[in-house]
Amino acid sequence: MWYLCAFYHRLLDYRKTEVESLAELFGARGDDRSLEWRLPEQHHPDTPFHFVNLPSEAAARDIANRSILVKGIYELWGEGGSYEELEESIRSYPDERKQPYLESGSTFKITVDCFGKVISFQEQNDRIKGLAYIPFKGRANLKNPDHKFWLMEIDDYGVNNGLPPVSQRRIFFGREVGGADRKLLPTYQLKSRTYLGPTAMDAEMAFLMANQALATRGKLVYDPFVGTGSILIAAAHFGAMTMGADIDIRVVRDGRGPDCNVWSNFKQYGLPMPVALLRADNNLPPWRPGLKEVFDAIICDPPYGVRAGGRKSGGRKLLKGTVDPYTVPDDKRTDHIPSTASYCLAECVHDLLDLAAKMLRMGGRLVFFYPVLRDDDHVENHFPEHPCFKLIATSEQILSSRYSRVLLTMVKISSYTEEIAETARLQHIEFRENHLKWLEDGNLHSALFSPAADPQLTAGNDSKSSLEAKPKYRGKYV
Amino acid sequence: MKLLTHNMLSSNIKGVANGFPLRIEVEKATEKQVELNAGFLRNVFPMIEWKALVDAAQLPEVADSSMLDSDFLNKFHHALLELHLEKDALVCPETARRFPVSQGTPNMLLLEDEV
Repeated sequence: MWYLCAFYHRLLDYRKTEVESLAELFGARGDDRSLEWRLPEQHHPDTPFHFVNLPSEAAARDIANRSILVKGIYELWGEGGSYEELEESIRSYPDERKQPYLESGSTFKITVDCFGKVISFQEQNDRIKGLAYIPFKGRANLKNPDHKFWLMEIDDYGVNNGLPPVSQRRIFFGREVGGADRKLLPTYQLKSRTYLGPTAMDAEMAFLMANQALATRGKLVYDPFVGTGSILIAAAHFGAMTMGADIDIRVVRDGRGPDCNVWSNFKQYGLPMPVALLRADNNLPPWRPGLKEVFDAIICDPPYGVRAGGRKSGGRKLLKGTVDPYTVPDDKRTDHIPSTASYCLAECVHDLLDLAAKMLRMGGRLVFFYPVLRDDDHVENHFPEHPCFKLIATSEQILSSRYSRVLLTMVKISSYTEEIAETARLQHIEFRENHLKWLEDGNLHSALFSPAADPQLTAGNDSKSSLEAKPKYRGKYV
Repeated sequence: MKLLTHNMLSSNIKGVANGFPLRIEVEKATEKQVELNAGFLRNVFPMIEWKALVDAAQLPEVADSSMLDSDFLNKFHHALLELHLEKDALVCPETARRFPVSQGTPNMLLLEDEV
């Protein structure tokens, strides 16, 4: 059945992919088929209003309530370009669908919502009074009604929160089936978290990642770059068992003291503690050889080398090329802190894909952020690939005029074979032998912080004038 | 560190043929209560190296997934997730190299000459 799905107008690229993932989680879509979506007439693809076909109201409710970006999913009782058209549409909606929610014993509430415009309390009341033709027999209850109804409007009033204007007004009236619990955000916000680090993932994004990874009770979720545990917190909130590793022992074991570390973050929210936190190098992981297909999901934010550089084992040997074999003197072995070398993004992602290919269950999800350089407002990029994985979603979040990060969601579709292991082993050796070359080539950090290219040299005079004439469409900046 | 973690780790020092399982030298062990999640235990059971877990805790010698009813499940849960090693060392079976565990966190980083 078709429902109206109204999204919060932010993180535009993440909205529909979240609903698709949740549909899979609640068994609302068959096999690999995506959901059917439809745009209201004349609406821009970035509009907050979309129609989606879902198998049942229960599925719609589950999806909406677990989501973060769905403002509401509604059973549409009517729509129109004017209030007269809306009345006609509502009157012609089958009575047997409306009756159960208009009963005399029930309570209801009607909310008026205009997208891109604030309307006065008086105007809202007038519009509600205008719906008097709907035979509500119940009583109004604004605090905790049995049934919630929404009167939503989007109009041609010029600048629509940065969206290109719709050419004509559209009004919707529907019964709310479910909506996101945005109260999660102030509860888990980083502002009040006990232990934070510079790259802690913000709560909203962490929940989106956990939704993409289908985190639920009974599953085991792993973060190989756990840091302060911000991503695992979101997965644990949805009931998953969590495990994390980091190469920096100060972050994972010590934190900033006995009451300010990763464990205390979990304690702060009353979440079950992670099953394990360990200090490990993703480049040389400590897993036993036969171990595979252990995790249901791997969710992480690898170090891109821009604000936080990654590290891997090694050091003197790698940096100085051929050096005499270096051994740690016996008397220093117990307290020796191994030196680490820089870990370039290419090798980091290679290791992550290799780890995931081996350690994820079939059908398990790998969800991680990948940085991309922006080129004239759109992203032309080659995302990492691996024979065991199918890329099912990419969502871009613009970070600056120079670069964005893209949340990649991959599903494991084939087993980790001997062949794949061998290819990975050879690639690992290649990274080690040519360590310095890999560090210099395609280094994201230097590409971002180099002085801006002179605009006069690029594309002649046309670019300058077109930049001024182009209407300011905010698009993915929200 | 819980025994579930111990069951996954091995000594991957260069030149070591089989670094699993690591011998446990306990200095401080506690028992922490953890909520039992039957679904999780059933999912995790197939990937456990049973012999290594038996050696580390008290469990029946042989086990298969048909045994996962309430009594055995409780014992399994207790051994896997509730025994907590705060401070100890994991010792490589071949080289006797010690991987320290402090504050419940194992340090599995290899030294420069073990890489």
